[in-house]
This record gives sequence, structure tokens and C-alpha cells, in this order.
Amino acid sequence: MASHLGGLSGAPVVRVESLIRSFGSRTILDGLSLDIDKGEFVALLGRSGSGKSTLLRALADLDDKVPGSGRLETPDKKSVVFQDARLLPWKRVLENVILGLDLPDAAKRGRAALEEVGLGGRENAWPVELSGGEQQRVALARSLVRDPELLLADEPFGALDALTRLRMHDLLRQLCARHQPAVLLVTHDVDEAVTLADRVLVIDKGGIVADIAIDIPTPRDHGDRRFGEIRSELLRHLGVETKPVLPV
Amino acid sequence: MNAFSHPAAVAPTIGYASDERALIPPAVKPRKTGTRRRLALGRAIPFGALIGPALLLVVWSIGSVAGLIDPRTLPAPWSVVGTAVDLIAEGKLQGHLMTSAWRAAQGLVFGVLIGTVLALISGLSRLGEAIIDGPVQIKRAIPTLALIPLLMLWFGIGEGMKVTTIALAVLIPIYIQTHSSLRSIDSRYVELAQTLRMGYGEFIREVILPGALPGFFLGLRFAVTYAWLSLVVVEQVNATSGIGYMIDLARNYGQTDIVIVGLVLYALLGLASDGIVSFFQERSLSWRRTLAD
Repeated sequence: MASHLGGLSGAPVVRVESLIRSFGSRTILDGLSLDIDKGEFVALLGRSGSGKSTLLRALADLDDKVPGSGRLETPDKKSVVFQDARLLPWKRVLENVILGLDLPDAAKRGRAALEEVGLGGRENAWPVELSGGEQQRVALARSLVRDPELLLADEPFGALDALTRLRMHDLLRQLCARHQPAVLLVTHDVDEAVTLADRVLVIDKGGIVADIAIDIPTPRDHGDRRFGEIRSELLRHLGVETKPVLPV
Repeated sequence: MNAFSHPAAVAPTIGYASDERALIPPAVKPRKTGTRRRLALGRAIPFGALIGPALLLVVWSIGSVAGLIDPRTLPAPWSVVGTAVDLIAEGKLQGHLMTSAWRAAQGLVFGVLIGTVLALISGLSRLGEAIIDGPVQIKRAIPTLALIPLLMLWFGIGEGMKVTTIALAVLIPIYIQTHSSLRSIDSRYVELAQTLRMGYGEFIREVILPGALPGFFLGLRFAVTYAWLSLVVVEQVNATSGIGYMIDLARNYGQTDIVIVGLVLYALLGLASDGIVSFFQERSLSWRRTLAD
């Protein structure tokens, strides 16, 4: 098991050691260990059933009914972006963004966050009036307004069309550059992982089987030779054999 | 009188009873397809809802003029109007109307309050459900009208009995619909509330109550109907005032016109109260309406 042992910049914000989670007789996470540094963008790839969502839910404290053991350290300030935008349909956009935010200037922060995701002026819209991409941007704003030290994203762009997804990648990269949260992005899209992350992990059979630092300068070009190499390596770890990448 | 335990009131999800069609506007406008026969219904007729009743009124009028309808069976529309005017001039109609409306309002308020509170307790805790749900389901199985003899023994024949009967009828649909709507709130929202670290009070206020509101309003529309229905019965069982009493008295003297005035009044009250409820329903559920528009 390849485990990343802390970065150079002080203590990691996420520390997972020997994490075990099981449903019935099936062990989903089998002694998994993982560290995420402050401000580090980590993408987690895995086939369905590999335990990637289970790990994310454990980090998000959403698995209190799941039996298991292990050490888990996460910051207090963390937020989750789900695959569905999960906006309350009976709350207007701004109210959704500042939901549960107990601050005197919550509305002001909410407006600023909406502005940041490009939805300034839509504060009073109902969620049903927004497109899928816009709804997901509201969900991003809802996460960012909480100033998270850790952003957990569970296939946040999985339900979006290809063009919207590309635009969301740009947006997420900008937002992360500005706010510097540590990110754990769960995805099944290898290109998405390589485009966005500082480090890509592959999870399989409840443990981390690959841990690859992405040494390509941003913005990253999918046609880049190194991009192709990393993609092939990740696909191999995911059990998909690819033909050698043609020279560009 | 099994109308008191209307089966549609037990819809597991937020379904609509067939008589609630006003709630469901057509999803798409029919497209012009040239020569091909359209399968969908055509465009809506303006004020179409009024055509049927107007036609009925015309038939009634012609029948009365032509002498085809015996005035003892059904007096002419204008003599019914005349009787109503007379009753108003004597101040009788207003008096009976006020008494009836007050009874219905009291029963409705108590029934809605009790039904909502029971639904919340039962919906939000396992213990509450264990204690409350069974008795309410048993109560639902007994038609409220069958309880009248018992209620008369307990409360006498005064206002207390009447209001209690109405409240008992009203709380059932409120409870059933609010409870089912509350329980069918998507667990994903519960998860969201958890990741946003909402407190319990905030969770109830922001997620549970708004989420249960559609069911509450559906229940309320049934409740209003049930309130009038129970009112009619309790006023004819034993009363010395109210529209039901007025109708019962008129029956004794064979005054068909007064009976008709009373029935028209019931119809107007029923329609008006349903209109008021659906007005508030549309306003409170505007987040859904935008989807329907």
C-alpha cells in the first residue's frame, strides 16, 4: 500500500490511519491510510465499489452507522459538494448558500460567494429555475462561503454534460487557487483527476494502490505527452489496458 | 357515510386526489401538427368551469317557466333568490350563517392544530410514532359520524359536542398527509443538514417544516371539506341555530325554497373556503409552482 507520508509544509490537515469500514461481511475499506496536506488538491480514482465514496463519507462524518475502526483526523471547517447539487427546493438561491451559516454578515458573504461562481444577480431565483451546472455552482458557493480547510467533493461534475464539466473544472481550479482549501475530489474520470489535482490516488479493494504526484504545470493540456503517460499509468492501476499514446 | 375516511387521504406519497385536478396544470402546450390528428386535449375553454353550472341553471329556469318542474319539488331560481333576500332582510340568514361559520372555524382550528402537532411528534420520533400513530389509525377507521352518540353522552348536545366532532374529523387528513409528507422528505437533505452542521431546531425549521408543507396543504384541503361535512350532520342532529338547523326546520314545514337556499349557502361556503386554502397553498408553495408554470 502506497501511503503519502506528509508534505513539506507542516502537519497534514487530513490524517487517516488504518481505516476499516465494513458493510455486513464485506470489508469496504481495509486498513487504509492517507494524509492530505494543507491546501493540497487530491483526486481519488477508483472503480465503482472500490470504496472511494465510503472513504469520502467517513471523512465527512456521514458514516456514523457504519461499523469500523481506525484513526481519522479532519479539520473542523470542512464542507461537502455532492454529485447532485442538493439545494433545498423551497429556499431561494441565496438562502441555500448561507443555509446553517450562523454569522452576522452571512448574507453579504453569500452574495460574494455567488458572485465568485458567476451567479451574481441570481440570489432570488428558485433552484428549479437554474440549469444543472448553475445548481452545482450554487452548491460550490455554499461550500466556499464556509471558508473550508477541507473541501470534500463526491463526483461533483458526474451529472453534468461534457462542456459544462470543462467550464466547471476551470471554475473549481480558480476557486481553489484563491481559497486554498485542501481538496479531496472523488471521481471516476481520469482526465478530470489529472487536469485538476496535485496528486492522484487510486483506490482498489479498500486500499490505496497508486499515489502519483502530477508534475505538469497548469493549465494542463490533455494532448500533452506527460498527461498521456500519467493517464495510461492510472488506467493500468484501474485495470484498463490502453494502447500506447501516439506521439503528438 | 364513509366519505369521512376518504381513501385518497392515505396516499403514501404526495399524490393528488382526482378532485384536486385544479392543482395540476398541463405540463406542455399541445403542438400544432398540421394534418395529423392530435391525441392531446385541445386548448382550454375560457371560463369552462362555469359552463356546466350555467347550463344547469338554464335548464332549471326553462323547466320552471314551462311548468315542467313542480314548485313543491324544486321552486324556480328566482323564487329561491326571493326567499334568500327575504331571509336576509329578516336577519335570519346572517345569524344562521355566522353560527355555522363559527362552529366550522373553531372545529377547523382545533383539528388542524391537534393534527399538525400529532403529525410532528409522530413523524419526528420513533417513540412518538409508537404512541400516536396506532390510535390515530384506529380513529381513522371509525367514521366520525359514528362517534356522535358517544360524543353526545360525553359533551351533551351543546357547542362543545359539535366543535369536537368537527375537530375529530379534521385532524385525520391533516395528520395523515403531514405525517406522510414529513416522512418522505429526502434523506439526502438530512445528510446535507448534517454536513452543514445545522442544529436540531434549525433543521426542523429549515428542512422538516418546509418539506412537510405540501402534505399539510393537501391535508388542509381535505380538512376544510370534512369540516363542512361534519357541520351539516351535527347541525341536523341537534341544534337550535345554524344553516343545518334552518334546513331541517324548513323540511318540517315543506319549505323547499329555504332548503335550496341552505344548500346553495353550503356550496358557496365550501367553494370559498377551498379557494382560500388553495390561494395560500399556491403562495406558500411558489417554489413548486415555478416548475409547473
